[in-house]
Amino acid sequence: MNAPANVAMWRERMPAAFGATPSQRALRSVGWAAFAVWLVGALWYFGFTPQRLWNGLSGLATIVRLMIPPSPGELWVDILKGMAESVAMAFLGTFMAALVAIPLGFLGARNIVTSVLLRFSLRRLLDGFRGVDQLIWALAYVRAVGLGPLAGVLAIFTTDTAVIAKLYAEAIENAEKRQAEGVIAAGGGRLAAIRFGVLPQVAPVMLAQALYFFESNTRSAAILGVVGAGGIGLQIAERIRVRHWDEVAFIILLMIVTVAIIDTLSGRVRRRLIGGPLNVDA
Amino acid sequence: MSASYATGLPAVIRGEEAYQAARREKRRQVLLGAAILLACLAVSAWVSEARPSTLWAGLPRIGEYFGKILPDLRWHALFANAETEGSIAFWLYRLPEWSWLIFETANMAALATLMGSAVALLLCFPASRNIAPSPLVYHLARRSLEAMRTVPEIVYALIFVWAFGVGPLAGILAIALHSAGANGKLFAEAIENADLKAWEGVQSTGGSWVHACRFAVLPQVLPNILSYLLLRFEVNIRSASVIGFVGAGGIGEELYKVISFNYYEEISAIVLLIVLTVSCVDLVSERLRHAAIGRLEAAR
Repeated sequence: MNAPANVAMWRERMPAAFGATPSQRALRSVGWAAFAVWLVGALWYFGFTPQRLWNGLSGLATIVRLMIPPSPGELWVDILKGMAESVAMAFLGTFMAALVAIPLGFLGARNIVTSVLLRFSLRRLLDGFRGVDQLIWALAYVRAVGLGPLAGVLAIFTTDTAVIAKLYAEAIENAEKRQAEGVIAAGGGRLAAIRFGVLPQVAPVMLAQALYFFESNTRSAAILGVVGAGGIGLQIAERIRVRHWDEVAFIILLMIVTVAIIDTLSGRVRRRLIGGPLNVDA
Repeated sequence: MSASYATGLPAVIRGEEAYQAARREKRRQVLLGAAILLACLAVSAWVSEARPSTLWAGLPRIGEYFGKILPDLRWHALFANAETEGSIAFWLYRLPEWSWLIFETANMAALATLMGSAVALLLCFPASRNIAPSPLVYHLARRSLEAMRTVPEIVYALIFVWAFGVGPLAGILAIALHSAGANGKLFAEAIENADLKAWEGVQSTGGSWVHACRFAVLPQVLPNILSYLLLRFEVNIRSASVIGFVGAGGIGEELYKVISFNYYEEISAIVLLIVLTVSCVDLVSERLRHAAIGRLEAAR
């Protein structure tokens, strides 16, 4: 038995063990070729010419040079007010969303609402709300209630109610059902079972989720102003329009710092709520 | 309360008192928390001008506005041609144009994801704590990734529109820059969880740092990287659809126009198209993600 013949035999028996077959290799090169054609076509279509890129980069370099040093400018009170407005928008929007999401979450949970039709339609409706971006909602609300932070609050409220309700529903579905059964066994009604059997279990999770959303909404509230929905985004868009780049840089830094502060604070509160007194309840 | 005191047993009474004290303490904490919450709410409502009266006055207007946005579809004419009022064709009368814009938006998102992930792939190796060549390089890479992802896309887009001119180019670069920061962190975390035995193997046979990254780490984390890439594409197609609000190309510009000019029914048509596209992409990408992870892990 000589070795080369053996290799040929095994190559015939299990071709996959000897690397890609010719047809696989051909398919792969066709795939890469198609990818290359798409890439070149897309780059060409969107105007990625070296000259445009070079011009843009040199323009960008000028902007960055003008950004240093960052300066709050003369209207720094407006900037601080805008930042406060953004945080307030995020807080109010998240609070309202978290509040409305509690009943919706219970209605969307499989173990609470047994009607498949109701639950299904509610979930699809929420999916629809979630599918539309926050900025689109903000723009629509600006047309409906006018410029200002209220439009931003409503935009945050609309998108987040849907997402938070879904998370709440999942949390409720994951709740242990023995407590609720215990309440029923002790003679409690369905409502009492939800109140004393399910709610104490899910309340810390709900609070933690709400705080998470507050954190992420501080980020998104910062940009809602770009479409006129109040907050720091309005300030930054205005300053970019008049090319006060040093103030733009200041606002960006302020945004980063604020988001970091909110993250830390909210993280601390979250840990306290989950690890602290609420755990006794749960 | 009275029942336990009536037993007269000191242990029972002590227990009861401790229980009452714990309850009082708990109530006090809840009240304190509620007071803080109320204060925060009042302040934020005041700052964001969301007075109950304005909210109340705004509600009917919101209802009216969204009522106008909804298409006026009539059952008997639902499938009639584009000239008949109340048909789907009448509602979506600019469908070819919008489809092209959405296709353009999807391409913007794909290109931005690719470019951003390419940058992320370059930066993620020095940004992984376990294989970074030196602490200085590690911190440099990490901080630059952080800087890229903390600034929102739309702010980048606002700036890039000035530098690169109005159009999709600015939008693509803005999304790419943000994705580079976000994906770089995820890639680096995948690398930090990788098994370093292969890394030592390559180094012990005389391979350089680059060799080790390429042949020891990359094959291990490739499934993760691919799945993050697809996930980022899902996120980016959403951003690409709104980045046009600031003049950075895609369907967003058209949407901004129809919302600003109050072309009510066209708003709902475009939003519907966006939602449909986004959910289709989500579905396909989820399939692909599972397939990629399954196949590459099986091959490992």
